Amino acid sequence: MNYTLREMMTIMAAREIRDGDIVFCGTGISMVAAMAAKHINAPNSITFFETGAIDSKLEEIPMAVSDPRVMFGAASNGGLLDAFATMQNRITGDHVIGILGAAQVDKYGNLNSTCIGDYYSPEIRFSGSGGACDVASFVPRCIIFMQHEKRKFPVKVDYLTSPGYLDGPGGREKAGLLPGGPTAVITNMGVMRFDDETKEMYLANYYPGITPQKILDNMEFSVDVSKAVEATPPTERELTILREKVDPQKLIL
Amino acid sequence: MDKDSGKIMALDEAIRTYVKDGCHISIGGFTVNRNPMAAVYEIIRQGIKNLHCYAHSNGTGLDELVGGGCISRLEIAYGGNGKAAPTCIRFRSAIQKGKIQYEDYSNYHMSLRFHAGAMGVPFIATRSGMGTDIVEKWGFTKEMRESDPMLPNKKLEIVNNPFEGWGGASKVLLIPAINPDVTIIHVQKADKYGTCRMEGLSFCDTDQAKAAKNVIVTCEEIVDTEELRRTPESNQLPFIHVTAVVHVPYGAYPSACYRYYDYDPQYLNQHSKFAKDDGLYKEYLDKFVYGVKNHAGLLNLIDKEQLFRIAADKRTGYAANLDRR
Repeated sequence: MNYTLREMMTIMAAREIRDGDIVFCGTGISMVAAMAAKHINAPNSITFFETGAIDSKLEEIPMAVSDPRVMFGAASNGGLLDAFATMQNRITGDHVIGILGAAQVDKYGNLNSTCIGDYYSPEIRFSGSGGACDVASFVPRCIIFMQHEKRKFPVKVDYLTSPGYLDGPGGREKAGLLPGGPTAVITNMGVMRFDDETKEMYLANYYPGITPQKILDNMEFSVDVSKAVEATPPTERELTILREKVDPQKLIL
Repeated sequence: MDKDSGKIMALDEAIRTYVKDGCHISIGGFTVNRNPMAAVYEIIRQGIKNLHCYAHSNGTGLDELVGGGCISRLEIAYGGNGKAAPTCIRFRSAIQKGKIQYEDYSNYHMSLRFHAGAMGVPFIATRSGMGTDIVEKWGFTKEMRESDPMLPNKKLEIVNNPFEGWGGASKVLLIPAINPDVTIIHVQKADKYGTCRMEGLSFCDTDQAKAAKNVIVTCEEIVDTEELRRTPESNQLPFIHVTAVVHVPYGAYPSACYRYYDYDPQYLNQHSKFAKDDGLYKEYLDKFVYGVKNHAGLLNLIDKEQLFRIAADKRTGYAANLDRR
């Protein structure tokens, strides 16, 4: 069955989500991935939004985290503070997995969603942190979505909005952050993960039809590709559910 | 039964009285939901300038205030508005052209700052943001902060945990409280004294209101006090915090108002098209804001069929099967 790269990215992310996970998701493709996981491989996962809605019914795909569609059929509709507290809470916090997007990511998984160029006079200004910095500060596991382009994988991000492993092993602890950090970077070419000891990004999977060399060619910094294997493409079941149940109007995919 | 009019006022009078040039302001809602748009358009119409605005993520309203030239200084976590504008267009333009001063925080930071303001404490602690450029890079200069009594002299401060490792924290980040001169929120129901009943998500509206010196509430319906008093647990804001109450049906349009109407994807998409070009944006403001007397005037320009299409379904609280492409 044919599939688009966006569908591939969505399915790869959905597969990272486990039953029992509380999935913090933002706008766009991360929401589709969370909804897909619920329908495909993690029916007991719980979606929650930084706007305070927990376990929404999600009959229709929301276009924003404050879309009224997140309010419908939720277990509770709290305030903004409630959502962030859920992430920090000593008991529920352990089960939270975050999904973030950004304009740039570096080899330690630090993200930039604020600006390109000088902060005080930027070439391009983006939306800013929103809840991304908070998620990256608090959650034990985080998936990052990126388009695989050289300018998006710089040696140093123009502005560090959301903390990954900061400057490497011990970086988070030294800065006073909770342990945590990104677990996967899912792109339109492959999946990167982070080495347990060095905290550096390495290539884990390349998609069918893509080579590790092509992936390296689209990054400013190089990563270890020796452990990389080809990714399993989306199954017919996964694609059917994605196309017919999750985003039938193709609003996001 | 009381025959007094409580705090009920006309919108233009409320704005003229409580939103002065240069004042510190916050608006309620979050991106495409329950922004006090009628109030925002009235602020633009009255030509109010030099506002210092505190925002977590108030996409729809915020971008219009920036675009309308009302804001000169902005403390913000997120200038985005969902699918219609992943980055708010006038916000992006104003920053790239150096037209406004800005200071970046995270959503949790801004929510906590309002919470501290509501509680009356000078600052509040968090563990979010250490090691980031939110901490390292300060948008407002030291001189600006020190010369303005309305601004704390620091953006934030990292301190060692005075309780020595209690709670597993070696350090905490302290962020200063926000106390706006005026907060404006739009709610589904309010009584004439200002007790508010919000439906769906309340975002940060309650803290933003409690932290402010003056609060303008616009509402879909003004209801009997007795009706609200029957189930007080459903009321988020008691009347003691509210200064003015204004009845404005569709007061959040084109953002959504849960159980009343959905956001209008057509208006938001059209708006994004106009906002990308300075000339087109001026035409948009001339027609939809300056060219009408009030919010009812703006609604008159909208196709009645579209207002019908965005009406909320009783079951879901939003317009099921709305075409949002």
